[in-house]
Amino acid sequence: MSVFVWVETFEGAMNPSSREALAAGKTLADGLGVGVTALVFGGNAAAIANEAGQYGATTAVICDDATLNDFRLEPYAALLTKLVQDHSPKVVLAVATNRGRELVASSAADTNSGMIAEAIELGLDGEAVVATKAAYAGKVLGKMALRGTGTKFVTIRGRAFKPQEQNTSASITVTTVAAVLTEDAIASKIESFEQEVGKVNLSDAAIIVSGGRGIANNPKNAPADAGDATIWKAKDGFATVITPLAEMLGAAVGASRAAVDAGFIPYDHQVGQTGKVVNPDLYIACAISGAIQHQAGMRNSKLIVAINKDGDAPIFKLARYGVVEDVYNFVPALTEELKKRLGK
Amino acid sequence: MQIVTFTRSTPDTAAKVEVNSSGVVTWGDAATVVNPWDEYSLEEAIVQAKNTGGKATVIAIGPEMHNEALKHSIAMGLDEAVRVQADDLDMTDSLGWATLAAAAVQKMGNAELVIFGKESIDVATDQQVYQTARKLGWTMLSYVSKILAIDTANKTIKVEKVLEQGKQIITVKLPVVISVMKGINEPRYPSFIGIRKASKAVIPVWTPGDLGVSLPGKTSELVAYHNLPARAVQTEIITGESVQEKAAKLVDKLLEEKVL
Ligand SMILES: Cc1cc2nc3c(=O)[nH]c(=O)nc-3n(C[C@H](O)[C@H](O)[C@H](O)COP(=O)(O)OP(=O)(O)OC[C@H]3O[C@@H](n4cnc5c(N)ncnc54)[C@H](O)[C@@H]3O)c2cc1C
Ligand SMILES: Nc1ncnc2c1ncn2[C@@H]1O[C@H](COP(=O)(O)O)[C@@H](O)[C@H]1O
Repeated sequence: MSVFVWVETFEGAMNPSSREALAAGKTLADGLGVGVTALVFGGNAAAIANEAGQYGATTAVICDDATLNDFRLEPYAALLTKLVQDHSPKVVLAVATNRGRELVASSAADTNSGMIAEAIELGLDGEAVVATKAAYAGKVLGKMALRGTGTKFVTIRGRAFKPQEQNTSASITVTTVAAVLTEDAIASKIESFEQEVGKVNLSDAAIIVSGGRGIANNPKNAPADAGDATIWKAKDGFATVITPLAEMLGAAVGASRAAVDAGFIPYDHQVGQTGKVVNPDLYIACAISGAIQHQAGMRNSKLIVAINKDGDAPIFKLARYGVVEDVYNFVPALTEELKKRLGK
Repeated sequence: MQIVTFTRSTPDTAAKVEVNSSGVVTWGDAATVVNPWDEYSLEEAIVQAKNTGGKATVIAIGPEMHNEALKHSIAMGLDEAVRVQADDLDMTDSLGWATLAAAAVQKMGNAELVIFGKESIDVATDQQVYQTARKLGWTMLSYVSKILAIDTANKTIKVEKVLEQGKQIITVKLPVVISVMKGINEPRYPSFIGIRKASKAVIPVWTPGDLGVSLPGKTSELVAYHNLPARAVQTEIITGESVQEKAAKLVDKLLEEKVL
């Protein structure tokens, strides 16, 4: 009867955002008078369980089985559902990553339990779990409740909850369980995986530097053999102006849909209603007008800086600090200044 | 191959959405549009039905406002549309929703591929997608960025799937539920003939009774919608004689705010 927190792993290491889930789980567990059980599946589970113990879990259930080394929904969901059926936890919680969403939703369906997805605030009302989540692309907030006696399933939005300080002297009691599905019973076979090294995950990023359509206004001339001159200029701008600023700050690179649709930068970078919803500490919008669909993805950033040559651009209404300048003049100066001041 | 896809009408993305004094979410007189993420799933359903010599059906669950999205789908080229109406379904109840969705797919008889859009931009998250797959007992592949092959003889599908860390190529046995990303295709615009077809289309309505299911007990409760707390930003425009001076002032501010 504890609070289960699924600790997400990738290639034998804990995803740092799982610490947020452990902390959110701990707050609920304290309120319910129970402990946090970390669930760790796949390679290196024992060591990861130990680490979970240093971030709030008191017990762990681990399954270090070869079928679980790479995340696949079928074996993971089968195991989670079995654990829920065997132990009737009060709550199952995970971060709403691509994998966390599908795992938690699947097991909630298997056990006919209630679920709240992407909570940004969590609390208790007696035994009921209450949560706030964004709705209508973040234009309003919905307050949801899970009542009754069954297990309650929750995913939390990344970066919405603070992890606990690491406690290196904490210990954890670990139970090992067997996998539920054998390889033969798993319909999906992973044929290959191409890791994108250095890919900064927008959802996890503390700082994001984004570029919009205006990045195409590069004063450089495209070489004669460049094909589409606009695309060349914009790509060059992302590479030589936006990316260096991002690298200086350890930031992820974002983009508006206009920049993505024009082929300046791949879709993974799109922030907004039909891109990613992000909530970094600092969001720097470069040559982005601030359309309502873009705002839907970034308005929850703690601090917004807008750089735009049009002083009337709507983005300035959201920004704490605005700079009315051409990106091509200002951003290199900003990067240079940061280099001095951050001692890099 | 028989393909099923789902869609819904959502308020126009540019609409100002608010909670009114009775606690109801409103979007003034803004139009509704097909859920933007579904443009990709609808397109993919049309393409894959054609490639496999099959048929693509689109389903919306909920009240009549969703006919709009169904008509848009027909205008794009979907073969047929159905609406499932359950008067006591709370649209935030994903288990109830998934129960109806799975039953509707089963009623199609020989469907082997269900395609969802990534999520709906209004009420929910994508949890209904996974729950529909579980209720069907089918394999689920989310965030598909490319369908690489469908082998109708051996009943397999091979896709490229996006993870936070990279891209995966994965093969599964049919039947399967997938959700697709933007970028998987270029959604077409409704054609003139399609629009005419849509305007004449009579969309059948199925009830839970027609599907032979009853709604499960409600497990989640929407307590209330609230407007966002006012965002009290006071914008400060950084001024200075040169870009260097402005840059230095901005960095001062960012250091003061402790965001670096
Ligand atoms: C269904 C739907 C979904 C959408 N989803 C999204 C979404 O998820 N994300 C999203 O971003 N948009 C989305 N949009 C698109 C959105 O409406 C806007 O079209 C888009 O955000 C505009 O991008 P932008 O700000 O880069 O371009 P623009 O609006 O063209 O703005 C460019 C800005 O750059 C400035 N500028 C130009 N050159 C320079 C320079 N050299 N230096 C400084 N400033 C300069 C200009 O003053 C201008 O303000 C969606 C639209 C629809 C209909
Ligand atoms: N009422 C509905 N009728 C049909 N499809 C829907 C409905 N609600 C959501 N969907 C589809 O399911 C997918 C995920 O939706 P959601 O789980 O609401 O984020 C999207 O492709 C939606 O269009």
